[in-house]
Amino acid sequence: MATDTPVLRMRDVSKSFGAVAAVQNVSFDLYGGEAHALVGENGAGKSTLVKMLAGVHRPDSGSIELDGTPIELATPADAKAAGIAVIYQEPTLFPDLSVAENIAMGRQPLGRFKTIDRAAMHAQAEQLFARLGVSIAPNRPARGLSIADQQLVEIAKALSADARVVVMDEPTAALTGVEVERLFAVARSLRDDGAALVFISHRFEEITALCEKVTILRDGKHVSTDPLADLSVDEMVRRMVGRDLDALFPKQDVTPGAVVLSVRGLRRDPVFADIDFEVRAGEIVALAGLVGSGRSEVVQSIFGVDPRDGGTVEVGGRKLKPGSPRAAMAAGVALVPEDRRQQGLLMELSIERNVTLPRSRALSQLGFLTGSSERRSAKEWTTRLKTKYGRLSDEVGTLSGGNQQKVVLAKWLSMAPKLLIVDEPTRGIDVGTKAEVHRLMSNLAAEGVAVLMVSSELPEVLGMADRVLVMREGRLVATLDRSEATEQSVMFAATGQEVTV
Amino acid sequence: MTAVGLPGVTARRSSLDLVLRARELGIVLALALLVAVTAISNPRFLSAQSIRDILLGTAILAVLAVGQAVVVITRNIDLSVGSVLGLSAFTVGTLLRDNPGLPVVVALLVGAGVGGVCGALNGVLVRYGNVPALVVTLGTLYVVRGITYFWAGGQQINADELPAGFLDFGNATLLSVPYLVLIALLVLVVTGLVLRNYRAGRELYAMGSSPQAAKLAGIAVGRRTVVAFLVSGALAGLAGVLFAARFGTIDAAAGTGYELNVVAAVVVGGVAVFGGSGSVWGAALGALLLTTIGSALAVLEINQFWQQAIVGGLILLAIGADRLVAARVAASLKKRGSHVS
Ligand SMILES: Nc1ncnc2c1ncn2[C@@H]1O[C@H](COP(=O)(O)OP(=O)(O)OP(=O)(O)O)[C@@H](O)[C@H]1O
Ligand SMILES: [Mg+2]
Repeated sequence: MATDTPVLRMRDVSKSFGAVAAVQNVSFDLYGGEAHALVGENGAGKSTLVKMLAGVHRPDSGSIELDGTPIELATPADAKAAGIAVIYQEPTLFPDLSVAENIAMGRQPLGRFKTIDRAAMHAQAEQLFARLGVSIAPNRPARGLSIADQQLVEIAKALSADARVVVMDEPTAALTGVEVERLFAVARSLRDDGAALVFISHRFEEITALCEKVTILRDGKHVSTDPLADLSVDEMVRRMVGRDLDALFPKQDVTPGAVVLSVRGLRRDPVFADIDFEVRAGEIVALAGLVGSGRSEVVQSIFGVDPRDGGTVEVGGRKLKPGSPRAAMAAGVALVPEDRRQQGLLMELSIERNVTLPRSRALSQLGFLTGSSERRSAKEWTTRLKTKYGRLSDEVGTLSGGNQQKVVLAKWLSMAPKLLIVDEPTRGIDVGTKAEVHRLMSNLAAEGVAVLMVSSELPEVLGMADRVLVMREGRLVATLDRSEATEQSVMFAATGQEVTV
Repeated sequence: MTAVGLPGVTARRSSLDLVLRARELGIVLALALLVAVTAISNPRFLSAQSIRDILLGTAILAVLAVGQAVVVITRNIDLSVGSVLGLSAFTVGTLLRDNPGLPVVVALLVGAGVGGVCGALNGVLVRYGNVPALVVTLGTLYVVRGITYFWAGGQQINADELPAGFLDFGNATLLSVPYLVLIALLVLVVTGLVLRNYRAGRELYAMGSSPQAAKLAGIAVGRRTVVAFLVSGALAGLAGVLFAARFGTIDAAAGTGYELNVVAAVVVGGVAVFGGSGSVWGAALGALLLTTIGSALAVLEINQFWQQAIVGGLILLAIGADRLVAARVAASLKKRGSHVS
């Protein structure tokens, strides 16, 4: 299976950003026909390592060897030419260009007079999507694609490169079971054709399902590289975090109070219809279902980011004006959106500014923002979420992907809402912090906050929720109590089929 | 997951296309209306001479607008084109005055060359100076104009000093289409094709659509930026030669204020100021519309000052329409969640 000599070696590479040593003296080898997992906490340096392979960052020291010869990867074009394809953690699509063009950029099939052969380009995209088992129209612009679709387009882009080394930085963060399975099937066939894969994920079941080897990073340093078979998940976690981990899903039992959110006949054509449910104070209600079943759309419509075509939403007995997030916020609703980069953060602003943005008014005195109260509150919440940063005044854009997620969470959790809506609360967040996020949500519920959570992670849904609402194709198809909710019952409702889990 | 049949997608796509085409359609309709109203109130508007004037004016503005569109598509802007036009016109005028035997082709090439140098300078400053194009080209706008004034020193080149062959070129026609218009069409078609059908052209759109993603995709963003400015400069230089041929009289102030007309034409023509979308065809239509408005107001004997107000109104309308269309398109794209398993 795997080649005898490494296709690619990283030797003692280091990279610092100012005072932050993101990667220090890390070495590892990639073999053809092998899938290599890279794990570590948020900010451990995984993406930085990947970006050195991609020619985005130049290592401060150390070397990279391709087939035994040192190679200089000064630009992304160099890496591409060397046969390295990268799926970046944050989507890198061109919103104005068609999906097909996004996939083929720089490699468009050429026809007569070296003009772009659009028909061939579209056919190529369609073929890739068929392989991944999704249907995204190749001629639509990338603008407006859901995060999952964006990720699938990124995957198609990397596949189309026919690369020898395929690097995937959390490609599955926005995907659910079926799509992940498809991706893995494709990844395995790439691997069996001799490609070297690098796979980054915070979900261990994915790592064990796909990879043969695992390299663990902690605080920018290399901890170990082992065959996956020799390592238990617990041991992996211990090496990542440097300590034993507390229980996930520390759910507290709460007696539900008054109805906080009441949704009646909510409808948005053609995405969802007939949505009726309630959430009581102290309750955690999960919206489960497959990607594309309309879960995120429902909560966005409730919050008013998306319009609605019918139905009512009441918070604390008062009707919410449709299409007005301001009104929702004034009524005490907070939404942690799914697309955090675009909807949740201002990349050029500092961390503290981002955390305190929704509450700037409350924190200001006589209309002036006072730096100190802003800083204090930002500090408290980022610390509770174990956010790793240099200084609070650093731009959010320089944080690692998972730490950016934490800033968004901090921003909304600190608002003390009556109703907290969280879309994928732990996406891209490392195991250590996951437990902390769950504890925070559970504490908030115990304090009487009503929590509505959209999650694609079944264990999280089952562990956290008092009630599980399952959506399928835009309809609410099942309401399961904590006692009734199992992997089987939820999946059955979500797919409409008996499944073996 | 919702299954979206492909036929449905194509059907909806064509309606989306219509929305996107609406800009070009809108301009054509506005033009038709304008021409009809003006012609009814004063038939002289449709005389051969008047149409010729409009076409010649459009030719020069369209060449500039095509170059500007190339730059704006990459999320930059070139404000120096009016000054570059002036410098090129004056250079070529001087050259022809001193060497009356020079072929027209050489004049065109010299003009484009002078402009190209200015454009490349803009591009290099934007690329390496890490300064926004707005600031860089505002600077070169004044610098280039200053150089022209310094060189001209108050003198003016008159039509009787220019060789007859060159002035003929400004008036001559092929199958009753003026040469200037043919040149503009050639520029338009070639640029349009390159932008639409060649990798290099698509990369310009990609850069404007997301500079960050462009870098990650391995596009030579810096080099392409310089090329875009070079094209804009060269076309402004070419427009300078056309200007000289058309008017025959050239002083150091030639083309002053043109940059605003050009940007207006590009914006009205549907090239998004934030880059990544729009076409040179739209920009050229914008140039035609603006030139026609100018003529129509003259024919209708409406105060020329109104022209500025109308152009301003059009720009606001165009930007408003862009927002509206963008919102519509976004909504329709969102509804077409395309997941199938
Ligand atoms: N462009 C940058 N400027 C400054 N600091 C940076 C930059 N990129 C990364 N860092 C810092 O380097 C460290 C490692 O970040 P990296 O993105 O590699 O983490 P990661 O392992 O990918 O984490 P995650 O799981 O959250 O994606 C972090 O502390 C981050 O703040
Ligand atoms: Mg990362």
